[in-house]
Amino acid sequence: MYNSGKIITGLIIFVGLVTLPFWYSIGKANIKPDPSLNTPVINQMKVKHCIESKQFMIDNHMELLNEWRNAVVRDNKTIYVSTTGQYFTMSLEDTCFHCHSNEKQFCNQCHSYVNIQPYCWECHVKPAEEIANGH
Amino acid sequence: MKLLLAFVIVLVLSAVPYIGIKYAGMSYEFGVIVPYAAVAVFILGFVYRIVKWAKSPVPFRIPTTCGQEKSLPWIKQNKLDNPSGTSGVVGRMALEVLFFRSLFRNTKTELKDGPKLAYGSSGWLWLAAIAFHWSFLIILIRHFRLFSQPVPYLINLLENVDGFLQIGIPTLYITDILLLAAVLYLFIRRIAIPQVRYISLVSDYFPLLLIFGIGLTGVLMRYFYRVNVIGVKELVMGLIALKPAVPADIGSLFFIHLFLISTLFAYFPFSKLMHMGGVFLSPTRNLANNNRMVRHINPWNYPVHVHTYAEYEDEFRDKMKSVGLPVEKE
Amino acid sequence: MTDELKQDDLVKINYKPPKKDWMDTPVNFRHGTYIYPARAKNLKYLDLPNPREWSPTDEDWKLPENWKDIILNGMKERLDKYRSFKVFMDICVRCGACADKCHFFIGGGDPKNMPVLRAELIRSIYKGNFTAAGKILGRLNGARGLTKDVIKEWFYYFYQCTECRRCSVFCPYGIDTAEITMMGRELLTLLGCNVNWVLEPAANCYRTGNHLGIQPHALKDMFEMLLDDIEDRTGVKIEPTFNRKGAEILFVTPSADYFADPGIYTCMGYLMLFHELGLDYTWSTYASEGGNFGLFTSHEMIKRLNAKIYAEAKRLGVKWIIGGECGHMWRVIHQYMDTMNGPADFLEAPVSPITGTKFENAKSTKMVHITEFTADLIKNNKLKLDPSRNDKLRITFHDSCNPARAMGILEEPRYIIKNVCNNFFEMPENTAREQTFCCGGGAGLGTDEMMEIRMRGGMPRANAVQYVHDKHGVNRLTCMCAIDRATLTTLMEYWVPDVKVTGVHELVANALVMKGEKERIVDIRGEPLKEKKGEDDV
Repeated sequence: MYNSGKIITGLIIFVGLVTLPFWYSIGKANIKPDPSLNTPVINQMKVKHCIESKQFMIDNHMELLNEWRNAVVRDNKTIYVSTTGQYFTMSLEDTCFHCHSNEKQFCNQCHSYVNIQPYCWECHVKPAEEIANGH
Repeated sequence: MKLLLAFVIVLVLSAVPYIGIKYAGMSYEFGVIVPYAAVAVFILGFVYRIVKWAKSPVPFRIPTTCGQEKSLPWIKQNKLDNPSGTSGVVGRMALEVLFFRSLFRNTKTELKDGPKLAYGSSGWLWLAAIAFHWSFLIILIRHFRLFSQPVPYLINLLENVDGFLQIGIPTLYITDILLLAAVLYLFIRRIAIPQVRYISLVSDYFPLLLIFGIGLTGVLMRYFYRVNVIGVKELVMGLIALKPAVPADIGSLFFIHLFLISTLFAYFPFSKLMHMGGVFLSPTRNLANNNRMVRHINPWNYPVHVHTYAEYEDEFRDKMKSVGLPVEKE
Repeated sequence: MTDELKQDDLVKINYKPPKKDWMDTPVNFRHGTYIYPARAKNLKYLDLPNPREWSPTDEDWKLPENWKDIILNGMKERLDKYRSFKVFMDICVRCGACADKCHFFIGGGDPKNMPVLRAELIRSIYKGNFTAAGKILGRLNGARGLTKDVIKEWFYYFYQCTECRRCSVFCPYGIDTAEITMMGRELLTLLGCNVNWVLEPAANCYRTGNHLGIQPHALKDMFEMLLDDIEDRTGVKIEPTFNRKGAEILFVTPSADYFADPGIYTCMGYLMLFHELGLDYTWSTYASEGGNFGLFTSHEMIKRLNAKIYAEAKRLGVKWIIGGECGHMWRVIHQYMDTMNGPADFLEAPVSPITGTKFENAKSTKMVHITEFTADLIKNNKLKLDPSRNDKLRITFHDSCNPARAMGILEEPRYIIKNVCNNFFEMPENTAREQTFCCGGGAGLGTDEMMEIRMRGGMPRANAVQYVHDKHGVNRLTCMCAIDRATLTTLMEYWVPDVKVTGVHELVANALVMKGEKERIVDIRGEPLKEKKGEDDV
């Protein structure tokens, strides 16, 4: 008694599952994320600079936002002093989205690419999208 | 000694990609060639091993029965622990594969004064094994977010469930903790229980440490030393589209993680880890106990020398006749 | 034989393994822990290789010159023939869940009696010779070379396993040490390294039809004695038939049942039951053995010894077969007979002539377990029973390994017992049913020279009996296995002397109200049915 039928079926299922990502990717365009800085406010900036360096923001924006939330909500602190000594109001809507008023073209680019689901909008109200025309 | 050796091997395996990436710029080798080779070895090796097992027949139906057999209609059969048909076997195997039914029975025997033997239930091994295997599976499935575009809804759901505590940024996954804790338990148990330590080989310590290394680098990347996750996904998507390219600046921690996983995949078919496939082929579990109902065929059944009745009667005929036993030949 | 064994010494068990690696610990053949080797004449009679006179304590075991090739070729052949062997060699993760499930480890503490390590004894050779990883990594991967010391180790430890399958219940992959031990013993058989306690019965069985070497005329005499005893105790005269052609049913039971105390009382139970029913059945002198010591030698030997049963059924022209109370016999009947010597297309699917019940679960093998048969009778009210005749007995039931873990025949004997006696007490959960403990002397180990190992291995079983003895005053241990009836008797004398051993059908014999019987004042053993007044019921 060899049960070859069942074993071969099992093997096909196994190989199918292991190689699933290959099959799943067939015919799907691999669009890489491209966060856009094309908003009215940013376009008007002479020196395009966020509150911290670009690399710091890429690596740590989520923790920064988390700290801000805790500082504002729990400790009633509202002012953030950047490493260069500038003062900013700790506010997602008023500070971040003041410049980055294009959630879909900016935040979501990377977030949806690697399937990150931030829960910002569970409390915050989504500001209206503002994208610069032209350029 | 064995333990130390396994530890050193895992350390060396972690150092190799680090040095390769950092000092020799071998990101293509470690980012493309190694994973491709590992997956190929895994799939081919796994299939090879299963086929090798499958080539040997199951000459006899030898289930280990762990409950009441099917007999008279008024006696209640234990269909899951002593199945007599396909559905029962499927149920038994499902319990075994998904919930480690047999390990769940585990007891700990203690000899007390008297002498008195006591059998305490001993669920820790089962619990750690369940936590380990399920966490590993869930983590593996969660990684599908890096292997698919768009990411299927089910993966979202799984991530949300796994991270439902919403602790920290990025959200802490429960399975990350469970996996590391379970592996650590299984490892400590291997050292701490004298009998288990006595039977342990390098090839028992090694996979545990390797998987711990994989888990640890994963956790470090996610929670402590960020790597460029966008770059990681670009690399992975390139690999599965068969258009490999390695983006710059992913971070060497990722390459250590990837290399350890590649090692695990390539090592898998040649090791005890094949219990993953083997458990399905275990004749004491995957056969129905319908032995007296349905004849099992042994493909190599061959004729043997037997002592026939004729030979028997020839030797004992006179004695048989003397006590009035009937005989074939007078 | 147990005199020199002190219980106090025996229970000082050190479970801590030695510092030295197991591969570096050679085996020490100590009196009481090994079985004498098979005599040359028995090997010759069975055409087995390398017959010679030798002793395990000898330095030179007189192995054939090419012994290494024989073993390696033998392993290869078996790896190709048995998926069980191949898979079990490959998938053990050494989790150790099996370790304290083995009665020999519990009672002795020898680490090589942990099922996992028993398997490693052979797995290490498999790795070293049949796997790439083992060949390259050697000892790191648990592989080792094949030496004469390995053969000695195999001989020692594969004859310290009773193939009881308890470990297999707990193994997450169902790895069955019985299967490993059977392979180990088959390989040893290729070198002529057998034990006499197994091969002499096998040779006897081959020649005379039963393990004890009872020749047909002597067998008839033995039955006369049993029948006299029955008449003496019940007043009923029974005249069974032997080798009768045209009977409806052939009855086969282990020869120990009609040979020695306490098995004979069970046998008297069968005789009385069948007589009372007026069953059209016959005994056979040719197939006068239900047991099969081939199971403890090799698969080929199982087939050679088992072939008799179907052959005799065919010769006599019976319709189907009933089998008596025996453990390993039923492992062979249930899991091997039909495959090896079937199909039994010359027989009919068994139907009880008394109740009309079709034994659906035996429709292919055409052999029914006596407790299935009797339970069906009781359920259908076909027996007149007086359970009070067993009132002086306080009974517990020992599930024999093979009926429990290779068949799952658990409720039938319990149903019978509960109907034929009034005082029944179960042993603790972890020692009964599929978790039952071996008697310590199964699989051909039940010999006196193994006494230390037997008393150690039987300790967990005895301990559970002690528990119900202390708690419920149990004084009778019932079982349905001929080896049990012999080995448990010794075990009880040693550990729990107040408890005697009995078969299920001995209890039936006591309770069975027979037509034309005289007033029953003694039980089937000839002892008074009622305890004399003033005597404490223990």
